Amino acid sequence: MATRSMSSYDAIVIGGGHNGLVAAAYLAKAGKRVLVLERRHVVGGAAVSEEVFPGFTFSVFSYVVSLLRPEIIRDLELPRHGLQILPLESTLTPLPNGDYFAAWADHDQARQELYRHSPKDAEAYDEFGRLMHHMAMAVKPIIGMVPPDPTSLSPKDLLGLGRLGRHFHGLGDDKFCALFKLMTMSSADFLEEWFECEPLKATKSASGIIGTFLGPRSPGTAYVLLHHYMGEIDGAFRAWGFAKGGTGGISEAIASAARTFGAEIRTEAEVSQVIVKNGRASGVALADGTELKAKVVVSALDPNLTFLKLLDPHELPDDLVKGVRQFKFRGSSGKVNLALSELPDFTCMPGRGPHLRGAISISPSIDYLERAYDDAKYGEFSRQPYMDVIIPSMIDPHMAPPGKHVMSCFVQYAPYQLNGGWNDAKREAFGDTVVDTLAKFAPNLKSAIIHRQVLTPKDMEDMVGLTEGNIFQGELALQQLFFLRPLPQWAKYRTPVRRFYQCGAGTHPGGGIMGASGRLAAVEILRDW
Amino acid sequence: MSRAYDAVVIGAGVGELVAANYLARAGQRVLVLEDHDVLGGVHVTEEAFPGFRVDTCASDIGFLNPQIIQDLDLSTHGLEVLSVESGVFAPVGNGDGLLLRDGADTMASIARLSPADASRWMPFSERIARLAGFLWSLYCEAPPLPTSKDRKDLFALLGIGRRLRGLGKVDMLEFLRTVPMPVADLLDDWFESDVLKGCLGAAGVSHLFQGPKSAGTAFVMLHHHVGQPGALRSRTVVRGGVGSLASALARAFGASGGELRSETGVDRILVRAGRVSAVVMQGGEEIPASRVVCGADPKRTFLELVDPTHLDPEFLQRVQHIKLQGVAAKVNLALSELPDFGCSETNLRGTISIAPSLDYLERAYDASKYGRISDQPYLEAVIPSLVDPSLAPSGKHVMSVWMQYAPYRLQEGEWGPETREALGDRVIDTLAQYAPNLPAAIMDRQVLSPRDIESRFGFTEGHFYQGDLTLDQVLFMRPVPGWSRYATPIEGLYLAGPGTHPGGGPTGMSGYLAARQMLKQRRRQPRSTV
Amino acid sequence: MLKVTPFHPRTAALSQGQAWRRWAGHTVLSSYELYHDREYSAIRNAAAMIDVSPLYKYAIAGADAERLLDRVLPRDMTKAKLHQVMYTPWCDAAGKVIDDGTVSRLDDQQFRLTAADPNLRWLHHNAVGMDVTIEDVSDSIAAVSLQGPTSRDILKGIAEADLDTLRFFRLTHASIQGIPATISRTGYTGDLGYEIWVDAGRAVELWDRLIDGGEAYGITPAGILALDIARIEAGLLMIEVDYVSAHHALIEAQTSSPYELGLGWTVKLEKGPFVGQAALAQEKHRGPAWQFRGIEVDWESLEQLYAEVGLPPKIPTVAWRTSAPIYVQGVQVGYATSGCWSPLLKKYIAMAHLESRYARLGTPVHMEVTVEHRRKEAMAQVAKLPFLDLERRRA
Repeated sequence: MATRSMSSYDAIVIGGGHNGLVAAAYLAKAGKRVLVLERRHVVGGAAVSEEVFPGFTFSVFSYVVSLLRPEIIRDLELPRHGLQILPLESTLTPLPNGDYFAAWADHDQARQELYRHSPKDAEAYDEFGRLMHHMAMAVKPIIGMVPPDPTSLSPKDLLGLGRLGRHFHGLGDDKFCALFKLMTMSSADFLEEWFECEPLKATKSASGIIGTFLGPRSPGTAYVLLHHYMGEIDGAFRAWGFAKGGTGGISEAIASAARTFGAEIRTEAEVSQVIVKNGRASGVALADGTELKAKVVVSALDPNLTFLKLLDPHELPDDLVKGVRQFKFRGSSGKVNLALSELPDFTCMPGRGPHLRGAISISPSIDYLERAYDDAKYGEFSRQPYMDVIIPSMIDPHMAPPGKHVMSCFVQYAPYQLNGGWNDAKREAFGDTVVDTLAKFAPNLKSAIIHRQVLTPKDMEDMVGLTEGNIFQGELALQQLFFLRPLPQWAKYRTPVRRFYQCGAGTHPGGGIMGASGRLAAVEILRDW
Repeated sequence: MSRAYDAVVIGAGVGELVAANYLARAGQRVLVLEDHDVLGGVHVTEEAFPGFRVDTCASDIGFLNPQIIQDLDLSTHGLEVLSVESGVFAPVGNGDGLLLRDGADTMASIARLSPADASRWMPFSERIARLAGFLWSLYCEAPPLPTSKDRKDLFALLGIGRRLRGLGKVDMLEFLRTVPMPVADLLDDWFESDVLKGCLGAAGVSHLFQGPKSAGTAFVMLHHHVGQPGALRSRTVVRGGVGSLASALARAFGASGGELRSETGVDRILVRAGRVSAVVMQGGEEIPASRVVCGADPKRTFLELVDPTHLDPEFLQRVQHIKLQGVAAKVNLALSELPDFGCSETNLRGTISIAPSLDYLERAYDASKYGRISDQPYLEAVIPSLVDPSLAPSGKHVMSVWMQYAPYRLQEGEWGPETREALGDRVIDTLAQYAPNLPAAIMDRQVLSPRDIESRFGFTEGHFYQGDLTLDQVLFMRPVPGWSRYATPIEGLYLAGPGTHPGGGPTGMSGYLAARQMLKQRRRQPRSTV
Repeated sequence: MLKVTPFHPRTAALSQGQAWRRWAGHTVLSSYELYHDREYSAIRNAAAMIDVSPLYKYAIAGADAERLLDRVLPRDMTKAKLHQVMYTPWCDAAGKVIDDGTVSRLDDQQFRLTAADPNLRWLHHNAVGMDVTIEDVSDSIAAVSLQGPTSRDILKGIAEADLDTLRFFRLTHASIQGIPATISRTGYTGDLGYEIWVDAGRAVELWDRLIDGGEAYGITPAGILALDIARIEAGLLMIEVDYVSAHHALIEAQTSSPYELGLGWTVKLEKGPFVGQAALAQEKHRGPAWQFRGIEVDWESLEQLYAEVGLPPKIPTVAWRTSAPIYVQGVQVGYATSGCWSPLLKKYIAMAHLESRYARLGTPVHMEVTVEHRRKEAMAQVAKLPFLDLERRRA
């Protein structure tokens, strides 16, 4: 067997986030010699677990998993590499009046609780679950396909469009119209057709606003509701799971699989540029000046960095550059990680109940969420933000010293474009707002805090390179999905530079720890090989 | 006994009258029933104040398909187009303002705000014209359901696909990208001037319970530019006010042998074995009818006029779910003199728009989300007497103002004389910031809240379009998914109001298409001899 | 925590094996004793007392109450007499069964509907524009079913009511030693029996009165296992077992029309408009694709299958609720959904959906049985439902 030069690879993947790792693993599995370059000291991108404070390990950014594609888990044999996902079974929404709304995993229990708030909703809930099941079935093939270009006349695109047309046509009138409504409506309106219980509507609609700069009453927020049902077809709140060891555990498992297939992963290796010769990528230049050669270069970074930083914009078509500049990032969420000396004690449900093993959602009403958005619209962080809180140490005790806990608070809205810009004082003020909001429902929280880490969208941009701190590498809005993600004509993982590909969440289908972008990109790269 | 009517039309709104005309011209015996003394539905002109004729509700006739004017020969029946005013004037105070209209002075006007914007104006305007042009092509036919198995529908769908591709790569993608966008994002992509963006963005939220930052409002902007020259919104001014359109339609209808009864309200539509059998008048008179064309909004039609027992609960659910959220109020003024915006009179012949920025519009919307009336409302005013002096005594004027947002459902209290007059004051105060002489010039005023519009015109929630023009309620989704072709689950009952495709704006198109569908079906199924 | 029924203080105390199961969000007993045999035999020989409180109950009242029910139900509600009880399924617009239950006319403008599933939302959806109130009284009304040949004698001893004249599917208001109750001559066993409806707060008292008054007549609390055998013998359907509610079905093939469930007799096509009317008229005209029938397994055939592996025949000790394929000449023509050994008929019986052309009574079929881990086909034949038709039920 011929030996190959150490500095020449079949493929170099820029960015060791979960999509980059998935792409690398698939390429390595196909026998390619693959190198992954990660700027930070850990792999995972936004899916990392770090011991931020001694003894306290956090899923620093992304904190739950719901959509990791089952085919990836199978193909890469991730359970063998340590992947273990534990369900987050309940969602507790504390209410300002001292009551609560809880969504339990058990059907009878869930119904009983819903019935307490609204007998009609208790029934609607099952039917809603059934509709969502159909919708998830309708969307699944789309998530798994490379988006065809509707303007193209190439046989492959026409075939893809034909397949898509047949798929939609085959749904039948009712399901098609329901899907159309889901794609175009606001989550508030969509849910109002089904439910009357305010905290139920708000807690469900919150999923529609995550990662977007829209309020729950804006059209286009309903379809993200589907994400909650993609892994959940029995109608129960079981969409979200928590990875053992934090979300970094997922990245580690994928990295381990990639290494098993022969991929090399280098951390603390920042890429400054993609080397392009004659319109063709030939390797990368690292920040320290090293140049590495590769037949194929794959970027797992977001479209802004992929096109405008790794490449020289002057060498790109004008409309592409304009398109990237118009691509909406505008991060809208922050993260607060707390190390706790004791568990929070919620006034509405005191003690150490099963609710602490689930999610706690600060979303008492649609108006609450909408007001949170109102603040952000005009450049302020929400005075009363929406929050999705979990206590990972309840599920995996290794994340904190015995008896102590870690708490993860996802917070929206925290606009990237804050009036006057983000600084230390504003960050701390934001952290205080979050703690104050939560402490209204769990008064012992403040005294239980040992350490606190506050991450603004600006911090996310600086730390893990998410432009404007958008957690999905670009808003999940209708005009930025499918064949429009990231840009029309460039939605098939390719770029105008030959042998340079994109595989990040900024491509179809994007968003969440799904890995589908990385897999589909690898499939396309291998097709071109 | 006289021969039974082939079709009974409920309501004499523009859409219904257009439908009635086409049916009558096809040789059918048609009866139109209107419960008011004036015709035209929301398109009415009334002498609200002695000597002043005001367009009570709609301020202009919208975009009337030239085909309809021609087919029905409306000009011989008294429809006289005085002019097409294509200007939008957006005052910024101190007599200055942005003026958008045909011609080079638009560019100059924009350039004073931003030279960069001026250079983008023409490409933008042309793009809007092309995209709205494609939309118009969709508005000229009854929308096929994309999942239809019918061969004809499949051809129609293929035709739409071909036309879309016919736009060319760039415009096609631009269309698909634009439709679901917030109008604010679309305008931010193109322009930097707040006034220009506010003025253009207003078209994206007109009569809609959304702000410009809400997704899907770019579609509404396109909708309001159907049939318009580029990104401009023009106003066709007809002699005698908007009501003259209905008068012309009524005359044309009479000439085709149609029969019209006004001031006779319909109480309900009778259904027997799933078929329309008669229309029952408020007085109790029963008019047998095998086909009924209803101009009322779908909610009123299916929940009040028809006994819901005849409809399957799923369908009723869909009807109940129609979003129809009244947000606009109307203020009509009799003026002793022209309001002084500090600019030339010609600037005021078009539309005067008070929407100084996208944030201004958005804040105005914010209030309504929580059931409050906007403190600083978005206003769209016209002074029709400038073009048609016959509407007011010599030297005097009428001014007609649409105000947003005035939510139908107030969080605190109810609509009543106090809230109504407070709203009127707020509108006048806002306008007075730009035309200080206005308050003193007001001789009389009329304020219509969404509740008033509901009770006067019978439109649920006072919604001008009988249903929000959001993406989930247009094309094959209008009025409800699966029933976008004017027919209803009740055999023989058709809808023809703006609650059906393509909605308000392209005036009368729903009636035109409804009649076409009915005549098509009639050809297909030979008339029963019973 | 799951809900308990109003009788729980008494039922829990009697439970010998803690054999709890779920029914509509409640915990109820599968059997009180360690085996359910005696509970079953009480149904047929004495009187069994079955806690049926988890049933959903709706109070429907108002000027349009009759109109609403006439719209929702396929039966002609205009013909429902005062104090009449009707068994009825109800359908969606496609004519597929959503649920089944009983409707009682308590008064001119007052009805009670019982259902196996929650139906509040569906009733509201159908009540658009009607002057009617729909109240979920499931938790406020306790219900106990007294079934068996001695049930009338027991009630006569404790209730102030004319039970001798109370006809099958009629109800009467009564006082049971001071407890106001409604007694309906209905049940889910195919035997002489009554269902007694009282305010949940008086449930325990009622239980005690029944036990005291019934002792001499062999009254026996019975659980769901005993009930299940009785209802199969009586050919009575169970939702989510014998059919899938149109509101739960994920695909159309899972749904059934009343015609396909042997409930065609409940559909009055000629009455005023009701949900599913058009679809049902079409189906009636076309003829249903499926029929719901009894299956009687041939004993010799079953014995033979076991004999082949050297075992005596095994019969199910409790009713089963899984799906067993039915074959004709090796081709599947249907599936049985419930089955049991009938202790009274001494037959292995099952209820099955059969393609209409194989549904003629007496048609020889095969039913899949598992003999020592291996799938076999036992000979069987299509039988009439109900298997058991007792004269005393109606008399």
